[in-house]
Amino acid sequence: MKYLNPSRRHFMTGTAAMLAAPAILRATRAYAQTPVLRVGHVSPRTGPLAGFAEADDYVLQAISERFAGGIQNNGKTWAVEIISKDSQSNPNRAAEVAADLILRDEVDIIVAASTPDTVNPVSDQAEINEVPCVTTDCPWQPYFFGRGGNPAQGFTNTYHFFWGLEDVIGAFLDMWGQTGVAKIAGGLFPNDADGNAWGDAENGLPKPLAAAGYSLTDPGRYQPLSDDFSNQIAAFKAAGCEIVTGNMIPPDFATFWAQAAQQGFTPKIVTIGKALLFPSVIESLGERGNGLSSEVWWSPNHPFASSLTGASSRELAEGYTAATGRPWTQPIGFKHALFEVVADVIARAQDLEDSGAIVEAIAATSLATIVGPVDWSVGPVKNVTKTPLVAGQWQREGDKFDLKIVANTAQPSIPLTGTMQLL
Amino acid sequence: MDWINAIVQGTLLGGLYALFAAGLSLIFGVMRLVNIAHGDLIVLAAYLGLSVSTVLGIHPLVALALVVPIMAALGYGLQRGILNRTLGDDLLPPLLVTFGLSVILQNGLLEIYSADPQKLQAGAIETASLQLGSLALGYLPLLMFACSVAIIAGLQWMFYRTALGRAFRATSDRQDVAQLMGLNRAHVFGLAMALALAVTAVAGVFLGIRTSFDPSIGGGRLIFGFEAVIIGGLGNIWGTLAGGVVLGISQSIGAEINPGWQVLAGHVVFLAIIALRPRGLFPRMD
Repeated sequence: MKYLNPSRRHFMTGTAAMLAAPAILRATRAYAQTPVLRVGHVSPRTGPLAGFAEADDYVLQAISERFAGGIQNNGKTWAVEIISKDSQSNPNRAAEVAADLILRDEVDIIVAASTPDTVNPVSDQAEINEVPCVTTDCPWQPYFFGRGGNPAQGFTNTYHFFWGLEDVIGAFLDMWGQTGVAKIAGGLFPNDADGNAWGDAENGLPKPLAAAGYSLTDPGRYQPLSDDFSNQIAAFKAAGCEIVTGNMIPPDFATFWAQAAQQGFTPKIVTIGKALLFPSVIESLGERGNGLSSEVWWSPNHPFASSLTGASSRELAEGYTAATGRPWTQPIGFKHALFEVVADVIARAQDLEDSGAIVEAIAATSLATIVGPVDWSVGPVKNVTKTPLVAGQWQREGDKFDLKIVANTAQPSIPLTGTMQLL
Repeated sequence: MDWINAIVQGTLLGGLYALFAAGLSLIFGVMRLVNIAHGDLIVLAAYLGLSVSTVLGIHPLVALALVVPIMAALGYGLQRGILNRTLGDDLLPPLLVTFGLSVILQNGLLEIYSADPQKLQAGAIETASLQLGSLALGYLPLLMFACSVAIIAGLQWMFYRTALGRAFRATSDRQDVAQLMGLNRAHVFGLAMALALAVTAVAGVFLGIRTSFDPSIGGGRLIFGFEAVIIGGLGNIWGTLAGGVVLGISQSIGAEINPGWQVLAGHVVFLAIIALRPRGLFPRMD
C-alpha cells in the first residue's frame, strides 16, 4: 500500500529524476572516450527459416573478435557494438524487432538476411525511419518489387546484394542444356513470396524457359505445407515431364518426392530452389537425396576471400565444420559478407554521426567480399547489386553428400567440381 | 480417370487426417477439452520415433512399440499433473494452458533437435506402390488408411463394449454422478488422455515417414484435425473418419481443378457443412 500513496516529496524527486534523465543520458555519449557505433542485426534464429541462421553464432563470433579493437574512421577509433535480434521466421515479428532496434536501441546501421520474410519488413522499417540498412540472402526481385520498388526511383536508405531470378534461370538452363534431356519441364511453385516471384508469367521462370525452347507444365500455385501432390504428379506424367523445377520448402518437397516414387513418376532432373540448399535436408531424404540439384550461391570452392579476416571460402567453411561439427551451408558466406560491407562502410563514411553520410558510403561501396564483388554502382536497379551464381548437384561421396558445381557458363571464375548426372 | 485418381488419393489422405483427428475427438468427447497442443504433440511423437529408431537402429514402424507407451504415459502424466487442474465450468483455462504447452513444446524441440528438417527412414515401403489399372496406390498411404480404420474401429469397440468405455461415457455424461458411483474422475480423464496420445503417437510416426518435419509444423496440421472432428460431428468416432475422408477428397478435387484451391476447397466444404449442419454430419452429442 505504501507505493500507492507516495508522499509529495517522493513524487517530486521521482519526477525530477525522470525529467533530468534524458539530458544526463544524452550527455554521456558526447563525452565518451571512444564513440560507439551500434549495428542492429535481424535474423530468423528460430522457426522454419532457422536453417538460414544456424551459422550466426559462428560468423558473429569471428566478426566480434575482429571488431574488438574498434574501427578507424577519419583518424578516430569507433567501438562497434552488434545487437542481434530473432525474427522467429515471422515477417511481423521481424518488423517489430527492427522497429525496436531503431527506436529503442537507436542503432546507426541495421542489417538483415534470409528470405523476403526477414529482409523486406526490416528494410521497410529502416526506410520509414531513415536508418541506413544493408541486406542480403533473398533474390532481388522479391526484395525490390515485393516492397513496391520503382526502378526509376529506388529506395533512399536501404541497399541489397544477392542474385536475381534471371541468374537462377540462366544457371538452371545451363545445367539442363548440357544433359540433352527432353525439354519438357514441370513447375512446382507455392503460393508465397518466393513461389509467386519464381512462377510469375512475366518476370519469373515461364518466359525465359519458353524462349529457350522448354515447355513448362505449371499446374498453379499450391498452398505451402500441402499434404498431397498427386494431382501435380498426374499432370507432369501426362505431359511427359523429364525435368521438375520450382521453389519449395523442405517438407513439401519431401511429400512430393515420396509421392512421385509411389505413383511411378521418374523425372531425369529435379532442380528445386530453397528446399535443396541445405545438407541436412538432403541427408533426411536418404538414398533419394542423391542427384537432386539446386542453385549454388556460395561454396568452399568459390575463389574469393574475406576482406576482413583474409580467410578463403574454404577456410571459412571448414572453420564452421570444425567449430560445430556440422556441414557447411551457403548462408555462411553471405552472413560474413554482410559484416564485411558494414566494416568497410564504417571505415569509409565521411561522418558517422550523420545517417546521410553512412548511406552515401554504402552506395559508394566497391568491395571484394567472400561471396564476390559488392558494388552498388553496377546493378540491375538502384539499391541492388548482384553476386555470382552457379548451379550444383548433390552427389554421394562415401557416406556423405557433396554439392558439386556442375554449371558455370555465366561465372567461369568459379571452377566446376563435377559433371551433371541424370537421376 | 484423373477424377477417379483424385478421389482415391483424397480418400487415402483422409485416413491421415482422421489419424490426426482421432485423439482430438476422443478427448473432446470425454472431457470437453480443446487441445491446442495436439499438432505439436504429433510432432513430438515424430521426434520420439526418430530418436528411438536411430538410437536402437530399428524400423520406425517397429519403434511404435516404444513410442506408443511413452506417449501414453506422457498423456496420463500431463492430464493428472496439469490439465485436470484447469478443468471446470470455464472452457478458457484449459485452452490457454494447452496453448502455452504448444509454445513450450515447439521451442523445447527446437532447442533439442534444432530446426533441421528430419525424416523417418522407412525404406522400400515409402516408395513402393500397388498398380490397379492406371491407378498407382502407394503402400504407405494404404497402410495409413488401414491403420486409421483399425484404430477408429478399436476406439469404437472400446467405447461401447468395455468397462473403460462405459467409464468414459459415464464421466462424459455427468461427471458428478459418475464420481458418486465410484469412478475416479481424475483417473478416467488421465486414461482418456493416455489413449488419445497413444493414437497421436501413431499419427506422428506416420507423418514422419510421409514427409519431413521440423519443430514448427505442428500448428499447420492441427487445423485439419479440428475440421475433420467438426465435419464428422462431435463425439462420433466413426464420424471423425468420415470427416477426414470428406476433407481429403474435397482437397484433392479442389487441387484437380486448380492446385491453389487444394487447401481452400477443404475449408470451403468445412464452412458449407457448418452452415448447413451446424452440428456436423453425424453428431452424437448435444
